[in-house]
Amino acid sequence: MLPPTPAQTVGPFFGYALPFPQDDELVPPGRADAIRLHGDVLDGSGAGVPDALLELWQAAPDGTVPQEPGSLRRDGWTFTGWGRASTDDAGHYSFTTLRPGATEPGAAPFFLVTVFARGLMNRLFTRAYLPDDADALAADRLLATVAADRRDTLIAAAEPTGYRFDVRLQGEDETVFLAYPGE
Amino acid sequence: MTTIDTNPNAAQRTQAEMSAEMAEQTAAYERAGVEETQPRLDYAPYRSSLLRHPTKDLHHADPESIELWSPCFGERDVHPLESDLTIQHGGEPIGERMVVTGRVVDGDGRPVRRQLVEIWQANAGGRYVHKRDQHPAPLDPSFTGVGRCLTDDDGTYRFTTIKPGPYPWKNHRNAWRPAHIHFSLFGTDFTQRLVTQMYFPGDPLFALDPIYQSIRDAKARDRLVATYDHDVTTHEWATGYRWDIVLSGSHPTPLEEDH
Ligand SMILES: [Fe+2]
Repeated sequence: MLPPTPAQTVGPFFGYALPFPQDDELVPPGRADAIRLHGDVLDGSGAGVPDALLELWQAAPDGTVPQEPGSLRRDGWTFTGWGRASTDDAGHYSFTTLRPGATEPGAAPFFLVTVFARGLMNRLFTRAYLPDDADALAADRLLATVAADRRDTLIAAAEPTGYRFDVRLQGEDETVFLAYPGE
Repeated sequence: MTTIDTNPNAAQRTQAEMSAEMAEQTAAYERAGVEETQPRLDYAPYRSSLLRHPTKDLHHADPESIELWSPCFGERDVHPLESDLTIQHGGEPIGERMVVTGRVVDGDGRPVRRQLVEIWQANAGGRYVHKRDQHPAPLDPSFTGVGRCLTDDDGTYRFTTIKPGPYPWKNHRNAWRPAHIHFSLFGTDFTQRLVTQMYFPGDPLFALDPIYQSIRDAKARDRLVATYDHDVTTHEWATGYRWDIVLSGSHPTPLEEDH
């Protein structure tokens, strides 16, 4: 195996480069089946992180993995499954998207969330599971390996308009972040 | 848990104090004798990391479903002219015009084809077009410092830009970043996602910079430094640098291609 190129922080100045129009609108907000995924990114003192960038990657409602281009120039019709949201001055982010489906029968659907921020030397991955199907969550392979008192950090909270998912970078109720083999 | 010093006066620490902290980190790394290929998330000399690094171990996950795929980008997303940062405005930007090119490959050396590469950088004077950049160096009306391209079928990317300048920051007193270009890359699966910075050979600020030094292994740090390449340099037009990128992450079928 070739040794990997190391990561470096996204720094403070990505804000004029990585965001693009409708980056956080995977579907237009007015669409009947649009939902909201939103939350705060918090540091170890509980303060909002105003210079974080989140990426969302998810299955379509029917459980298929989108492989259509067009995320950077949204046409309002193509669901690409991928988006980007910058946190605001209070550390809050928000996506407009569709509910991800189960990729296999009985699997627990989740959003894959990637976190970048000034002060964070490498991106962090986490999953935001939908809370709706208790049986699927109980049978999930990853959740089964997470200590019971931390499992909730991976499960989004249902709201009338969608889901809330806070990301805690550090501290008592720190979010479970993921490492994949080969890293 | 260690005490976290978030005192704003930390910015008054001297370079000598920061360099001593970095030397301690190097010594600790050598004592441990375990090779690291990535930066440390917990690297106290980089003050902004103090409250923003996870203190618990990352949790091992086997990639499944969407983690085995990346979003797809194409000609609809990126115009070919977006790879030339010197033609985005009316005039020629000030600075050393240069070409940066290289290949994006995975750990097995396979090209990452038709994937998105994004870059952003300061201008020749070390100034970003960003409202939070307060460095009193001039903005260049002919330079924004943002570029995009797609890799070709061989995994090659190529940008035309100008050489960025070093710039001061508030990590400690008289802190300066070595000149760099920020890179954002996607792999063939999402776990390979990489955001990093490319540096230039022989920069005298390397030893003084906590962000560069947060990669505690010298060989790994070297992997972020481009090489001057006279074959990329073009006659009476631009100097040339080559920088190849290896994405880590998991691969679905490593055994089938074992050799
Ligand atoms: Fe920078």
